[in-house]
Amino acid sequence: MRYSGFRILREALRGHRGWGPAWRDADPQPSYDIVIVGGGGHGLATAHYLAARYGARRVAVLEKGWIGGGNVGRNTTIIRSNYLLDGNEPFYELSMKLWEGLEQDLNYNAMVSQRGVLNLCHSDAQRDAYRLRGNAMRLHGADAELLDADAVRAMYPFLNFDDARFRIRGGLLQRRGGTVRHDAVAWGYARAADSRGVDIIQNCAVTGLRIEGGRIRGLDTTRGPIAAGKVGVAVAGHSGAVMAMAGLRLPIESHVLQAFVTEGLKPVLDGVITYGAGHFYVSQSDKGGLVFGGDIDGYNSYAQRGNLPVVEDVCEGGMALMPMIGRARLLRMWGGIMDMSMDGSPIIDRTPVEGLYFNGGWCYGGFKATPASGLAFAHLLATDTPHETAAAYRLDRFRAGRMIDEKGMGATPNLH
Amino acid sequence: MIIDHPLLGPRDAREFTYLGDAALIDRPDGLAAGAEDAFYDYLYLRDNPAGLHRELWYHEQGDRSWLVVTRDTRSHEITQVELARDVALALGRGA
Ligand SMILES: Cc1cc2nc3c(=O)[nH]c(=O)nc-3n(C[C@H](O)[C@H](O)[C@H](O)COP(=O)(O)OP(=O)(O)OC[C@H]3O[C@@H](n4cnc5c(N)ncnc54)[C@H](O)[C@@H]3O)c2cc1C
Repeated sequence: MRYSGFRILREALRGHRGWGPAWRDADPQPSYDIVIVGGGGHGLATAHYLAARYGARRVAVLEKGWIGGGNVGRNTTIIRSNYLLDGNEPFYELSMKLWEGLEQDLNYNAMVSQRGVLNLCHSDAQRDAYRLRGNAMRLHGADAELLDADAVRAMYPFLNFDDARFRIRGGLLQRRGGTVRHDAVAWGYARAADSRGVDIIQNCAVTGLRIEGGRIRGLDTTRGPIAAGKVGVAVAGHSGAVMAMAGLRLPIESHVLQAFVTEGLKPVLDGVITYGAGHFYVSQSDKGGLVFGGDIDGYNSYAQRGNLPVVEDVCEGGMALMPMIGRARLLRMWGGIMDMSMDGSPIIDRTPVEGLYFNGGWCYGGFKATPASGLAFAHLLATDTPHETAAAYRLDRFRAGRMIDEKGMGATPNLH
Repeated sequence: MIIDHPLLGPRDAREFTYLGDAALIDRPDGLAAGAEDAFYDYLYLRDNPAGLHRELWYHEQGDRSWLVVTRDTRSHEITQVELARDVALALGRGA
């Protein structure tokens, strides 16, 4: 069923009895050409592009819970393409372009809102670093503007400009950055993939990988064995557990990242702001809640909830930057499990097992990557060659010394 | 989280900084055969278990000792705390 304004009108006149489910609740078939493990944003996007752009038939997505229950439904919905390094920026800029056409491509309202992402700077050195980054972005065709303090003040007069230690001296603004309704991304990709025959199988956890003679043959799941020609794993925080089923250890640690939302308020903040002197970033959802977060808790975790020290740290950052936030009441907080890689950049690659492919290491920034990650992973699965924008995301780059380390932190996942 | 320091008793986890898997104590011999592979493994690859994890915490805002904490990564429950020095000595790394 195509969604349109006309359709809404028609359904309104007929008591909304004509809407059907957006996708089938498929049961597993005995075998598929390609099986994607993980029904998060990346797995569902991969399935969509496999079917829509690479003509793949007989594709399934296996999800251990319900689609959208992982990080794709837990993130703070920010999209941007403001990276410095060559290995990253073309990929994230492709993702931004795909976001810009996503709703038409999927015929689904994902509430893509290019409301601008502003990174604040608080020292001369930070301004220089942002100028460098902005220029790198522009060289790759992205947009970037360096603002001085007055320009920031004109946009957000309520910020704490005259903090004794961390005065706001300006910021790097990407106007095309913004937010996207995260659940709608999962649902939109699921619906589009399903309409091209992809089976989306929920409540189906992968419990084992069947490998014979160095080649993948299929999977064991909680809903029985499934034969597969190729298997693509996109399970984010659970990458280590699933790849261990193939005997592989990864350059990844799983960490918890928390997020927070306040009660609904009248519009006060029309873009996304990140604090350059502390761990805090904030935007306002269309429902009115201030959505904010900060840094990961910093220790290995699969608990999907964090601890008080980081809650305090984030709230202190919020109070330092935007004192009026102290008047808002916190409604909810939650956590998600991040696949933190050793250089802070992702992996989209083949593995030593023939027919087994891996997508992971997204750290706290994989939501914005969802469209490009899906397209690049689909490209890899369909053609066995890396997508041109993802060619640096190799699994062997750590051994080869070709790290893509935006922050320059080295092999310390909790600092990226 | 409260870490029950073997010398100082229960301490708030925010006094500590976290390094990661306690296997990092077992730094390979850079001169041994196969050192390149051993260091790749040591530096970059992790077991990353969902369950009990032995990990290194540094009491930075305390007595500056390194601890090996055994913690369940699914619940954050801490079941054992040792001085990293004792663990290293038991591994024969004292010489
Ligand atoms: C609090 C928070 C804030 C964030 N904010 C942002 C942000 O503002 N911008 C941004 O770009 N990124 C952000 N991120 C990161 C982003 O959400 C993730 O990097 C991204 O969603 C990961 O990809 P995914 O959507 O495919 O993951 P997920 O949605 O986690 O998908 C993985 C799926 O695999 C399933 N799975 C796991 N094991 C198995 C198994 N054995 N069998 C079958 N299925 C399995 C899981 O159930 C899960 O549904 C944030 C993350 C968090 C937690």
